[in-house]
Amino acid sequence: MTRYILRRLLAMPFLVLGIVTLAFLLTSVTKGDPLTAIVSDRQMNNPEVVAAAKAKWGLDRSLPERYVIYVGNLLTGDMGTSFITRRPVAQDVLYRLPATMELVTAAMIVGATIGIGLGVLAAYFHNTVIDHAARLFALFGSSIPVFWMGLALLYIFSVQWGILPGPGRLDARATPPPMVTGFMTIDTLIAGDFRLFIDAVWHLILPAFVLGWAVAGTISRLVRANMLEVLSREFILTARAKGAGEFRVVIRHALRNTMVPTLTVIGYSFAYLLTGAVLTETIFSWPGMGSYAVDAARGLDFPAIIGVTIVGGVVFLVTNLLTDIAYVFANPRVRLG
Amino acid sequence: MNAAPPLFEVRDLRVAFGRNGVFAEAVRGVSLHVNHGEVLGIVGESGSGKSVGMLAALGLQPEGARVTGSVRFKGQELVGLPRRTLRHLRGSRIAMIFQDPLSSLNPVMTIGDQIAEAVFLHNPDMSRKAVIERATDLLALVSIPQPDRRLHQFPHEFSGGMRQRVMIAMAVANDPDLLIADEPTTALDVTVQAQIMEVLADLQARLKLGLILITHDLGVLAGHADRVAVVYAGQVVEQAGVDDLFARPGHPYTRGLIASIPDMTIERERLFSIDGTPPALGRLPVGCAFNPRCIAAQDICRQTAPVTTGAPEHTAACHFAFQTVEAAR
Repeated sequence: MTRYILRRLLAMPFLVLGIVTLAFLLTSVTKGDPLTAIVSDRQMNNPEVVAAAKAKWGLDRSLPERYVIYVGNLLTGDMGTSFITRRPVAQDVLYRLPATMELVTAAMIVGATIGIGLGVLAAYFHNTVIDHAARLFALFGSSIPVFWMGLALLYIFSVQWGILPGPGRLDARATPPPMVTGFMTIDTLIAGDFRLFIDAVWHLILPAFVLGWAVAGTISRLVRANMLEVLSREFILTARAKGAGEFRVVIRHALRNTMVPTLTVIGYSFAYLLTGAVLTETIFSWPGMGSYAVDAARGLDFPAIIGVTIVGGVVFLVTNLLTDIAYVFANPRVRLG
Repeated sequence: MNAAPPLFEVRDLRVAFGRNGVFAEAVRGVSLHVNHGEVLGIVGESGSGKSVGMLAALGLQPEGARVTGSVRFKGQELVGLPRRTLRHLRGSRIAMIFQDPLSSLNPVMTIGDQIAEAVFLHNPDMSRKAVIERATDLLALVSIPQPDRRLHQFPHEFSGGMRQRVMIAMAVANDPDLLIADEPTTALDVTVQAQIMEVLADLQARLKLGLILITHDLGVLAGHADRVAVVYAGQVVEQAGVDDLFARPGHPYTRGLIASIPDMTIERERLFSIDGTPPALGRLPVGCAFNPRCIAAQDICRQTAPVTTGAPEHTAACHFAFQTVEAAR
């Protein structure tokens, strides 16, 4: 087990290098000229300014040269400087990643809880009203686009009914706590401001739900199918013959046996959530990686684009590893190594 | 008749499965009983309704099944009892073991947890330490070596015979009065079958269990049962003391079953078998359910269903019960 994790960790740098290379090559084949992001339109006709900008940002060098320099810098934690914000990309990412991770984690909790819960209910009460309702809920979640659902729910819950706050991570009038982890819910607690914590949680609910709904749909369908299969197995009969109550039979005996496929889909949902976060963050004015990526792409901000891609890739690699490790706890027959 | 009620008494038990409002009976009026400390063998082909009937008696029938009739345990009626009350009986007073010990054990729970569960479900006040001690003792009781180490292993780390021992340990966890063993040796290797039967027989005698041994192999019952009920197409066609049954089988189906027990002392061309297959659910022949396969079937057998006849200690449901094939012809 420990050896397996070590081996996976050792492979990590090579995988990251692959991601870096791919991101680098992909940006270099784009048609757009990054100079337009650096030099203003008026100065574009001024060859001296253009040449100076090229030299400053290294755009006068060949692609292999730039690649080697980039990778070398990356090793020291330097991801270059953003064309747009004129701040180091690493610094921007460090500031924005926690916001996204907070949103994605919350969405994952929402998605997994609702998904597993509905899946279990739908399987136990299969072909009843509960089952049909769960199916409809899943269908809505996976077929309605995030940006539309986000706007619709924001309109209903925030504008019309006023029971949930509007966009943002905190009330606009509130003073954010000093940044420690970047997770607003944790930082407010560290600052000891419980009312601000409630406010942060309150702001998290709607975007997390919007983002988590689709995942909940996928998970609930998978859990339902697996639960139906497991509930017909003989050890379920054994549990009932032992005198176990229905709750115990369903949760402890059946649900635990569906955890491996469920963990797989939860792990892969992370990729979906990271992508979905781009749109959700835009709608909810969430200062995370998603909105950063959108700005970077719009402005042909190459260092930022590559930086976001790398960080997204690494997050995905880590969640994959965590999923694989979680298998061992879900199924004793899995031997890693 | 003695005054005390039998340990377990089933009367006119019927189990029907429905689809689109049409019900077909898999168990068609089974009546039998087991006394304290007695071993009742129930024998029949697969699909004869022997397992379904016993499961239904404990409220473990498959979803959508309709159960009628009467099941009394120590005089208490079980049919129609609330789920909660039934649950307290299952695993504590009445225990069950099943055919395939691999699929009957939860693959993601340790053996120890599964046995411990059987203990604490019915002893909620027992300390965790005491529960684990009890689980260890139970493993030792069914002769599993190094029980304290084995407790932490998972079912896939056990052999087939060991798994069935675990099932037995779980079943006797709360000193039940009645144990229902549904084909306990069928899924096991021949060499292991005898060992498991030995463990069962030993525990039955030691704990004075009432035991219902469900099997399709009449040979297994010869050495282990006190009485035997022969089931065909959801009905008990013959019921007798085990020696009496072998000496004087009253039903042609029983005779066929006895004849098809392999006898190693006689060299035969091939094993005797009863021609044909049991009727499918809801497709019973007119008259006696066994008539299409019966070598002695007469016109009456194809017209009217036979009634059960004979002395209380030996009954058979056949128009020509207790008559030889020749006499029937």
